[in-house]
Amino acid sequence: MSLRTDQALIAEWIKPGSRALDLGCGDGTLMAHLQQHQEVKGYGLEIDEENIVQCIHKGVDVIQTDLDKGLSEFKKDTFDYVIMTQTLQAIRYPDKLLKEMTRVGREAIVTFPNMGHWKNRIQLALAGHMPKSKTLPYEWYNTPNIHLCTLTDFENLCGANNIEILDRATVDHEHQSSLGMKLFPNLLGEIAIYRFRQND
Amino acid sequence: MLEGTKPVDNVGLVEPKTAHFSESLALASGSELHGFDIVYETYGELNKERSNAILICHALSGDHHVAGYHTPQDKKPGWWDNAIGPNKAIDTNRFFVVSPNNIGGCSGSTGPLTTNADTGKPYGPDFPLVTVKDWVKTQTMLADQLGIDVWAVIIGGSLGGMQCLEWSIAYPDRLKHTFVIAAAPKLSTQNIAFNEVARQAIRSDQNFNDGHYYENDNKPELGLMLARMLGHITYLSDDALDEKFGRELRDGEIKFGYEAEFQIESYLRYQGRAFVGRFDANSYLLLTKVLDYFDPASETGGSLAKALAPATAEFLVISFSSDWRFSPERSQEIVSALLDADKCVSYIEIQSKQGHDSFLMPIPRYHQVMSTALDRIAEGLGIA
Repeated sequence: MSLRTDQALIAEWIKPGSRALDLGCGDGTLMAHLQQHQEVKGYGLEIDEENIVQCIHKGVDVIQTDLDKGLSEFKKDTFDYVIMTQTLQAIRYPDKLLKEMTRVGREAIVTFPNMGHWKNRIQLALAGHMPKSKTLPYEWYNTPNIHLCTLTDFENLCGANNIEILDRATVDHEHQSSLGMKLFPNLLGEIAIYRFRQND
Repeated sequence: MLEGTKPVDNVGLVEPKTAHFSESLALASGSELHGFDIVYETYGELNKERSNAILICHALSGDHHVAGYHTPQDKKPGWWDNAIGPNKAIDTNRFFVVSPNNIGGCSGSTGPLTTNADTGKPYGPDFPLVTVKDWVKTQTMLADQLGIDVWAVIIGGSLGGMQCLEWSIAYPDRLKHTFVIAAAPKLSTQNIAFNEVARQAIRSDQNFNDGHYYENDNKPELGLMLARMLGHITYLSDDALDEKFGRELRDGEIKFGYEAEFQIESYLRYQGRAFVGRFDANSYLLLTKVLDYFDPASETGGSLAKALAPATAEFLVISFSSDWRFSPERSQEIVSALLDADKCVSYIEIQSKQGHDSFLMPIPRYHQVMSTALDRIAEGLGIA
């Protein structure tokens, strides 16, 4: 049960003993890690039945939830962190869900594939087709990723909603980071990781 | 005939036991019961630490006979045999399973059929109305007698799920986990309405005689049959009925009369008659009232989260997509309250076609969820 690099980065950002909610928690790997190694308490939300069984197997409390229906189950500031890895782009109303995340959690963390990565830009600009990569392996007609964005797009949305970005990191599809990515994140980073909160 | 054909994962032949309690039981209604019996069955072995016990709480028309066969001639095993037995979802190789019949029923535990010592006649309609709270109290007394301080898991579907909730609220120290299946935190208005029609069907039967029908040869069979027919429709989904019967005719043509013409009509009549053979009308009336009265949030100003505040058990809540009598939304109310109260809870809605009755069906994903959770519980107990 080893963590992906984006998950490992997130784990580093999360204070031990805190309360977390993991949206689209998959098989529960991140929550199980946070529970076992950082005494984090909380729940995973997941829609897929097989993943739910895997969460139960790992001892992660999991609630079957359709994230498109929002987080109305939860009161304001119920969690220290609301986490969502690699799911934002598949959400029907990402702007509303981001607001919900910052309502339910004091801080929120998301990771998403960066549409602004140079390989994606070249595929569209020069080859003239929708980008495909290891991070974005689907065809345009069968992709669950209906709301892809770039780092710039994401930061613009945060700005418009008075969301303060607390941390930013980028990694490649093997979840490694590099100096280039730090210098030109929107061009060289394949996966973006943000920590943010709502300012009043 | 059963010998060779009985599946190897069956608990085999079982014998009901009777626990007698001579003390008086003060009921929620204010009445008292002067001594009572609980009939129950057990499967598997209680371990030395007494830590591997699972309590099964039955639903409206269920009883203590949950798994196995009473005689080699039995055509059908207990009502949840598909889930309970060696190597099944609820594995009797690891767990000690206890299944009592609740008081007020008609399968052996004290109820309307029992002779009232004061009169020498069956209690009949004079049997006091009981509540889920009363039932759970009697179940703690049974647990005491069996030497079980803490249940590893308490499992119940439908009305059984309500008993799970009550256990977790009233006796939080006496259970570690609970599986609340196809349940609701209280009946909806529509559900109470269905129960009322069922009760009126029984009470308006000309043989009902205000519940004093045991002396006569005639029981309110038609009324009980109608009540069951109505109930049966609400336990199944529209799709399930359509798939099973459609508009199929018994004789292939319309006869322009009121005999059972459509297959669904004869099926319902058959189900109703079969139920009359095994169930007592006074018990049925009482049990529908138990359902109607359950509402733990009514004691905490309408807040289910507050009602569940004392609970310490870890919850697994399971609902079924086609269940409209205890719909997934009702299970989600329980989950919301548990989240609000900061409890350990997992929730899954199982895709199914069979309506409320799904909780009795061997749906692979459903059983996988239970066995996965139980594997983990067994691991925690060191009995994996």
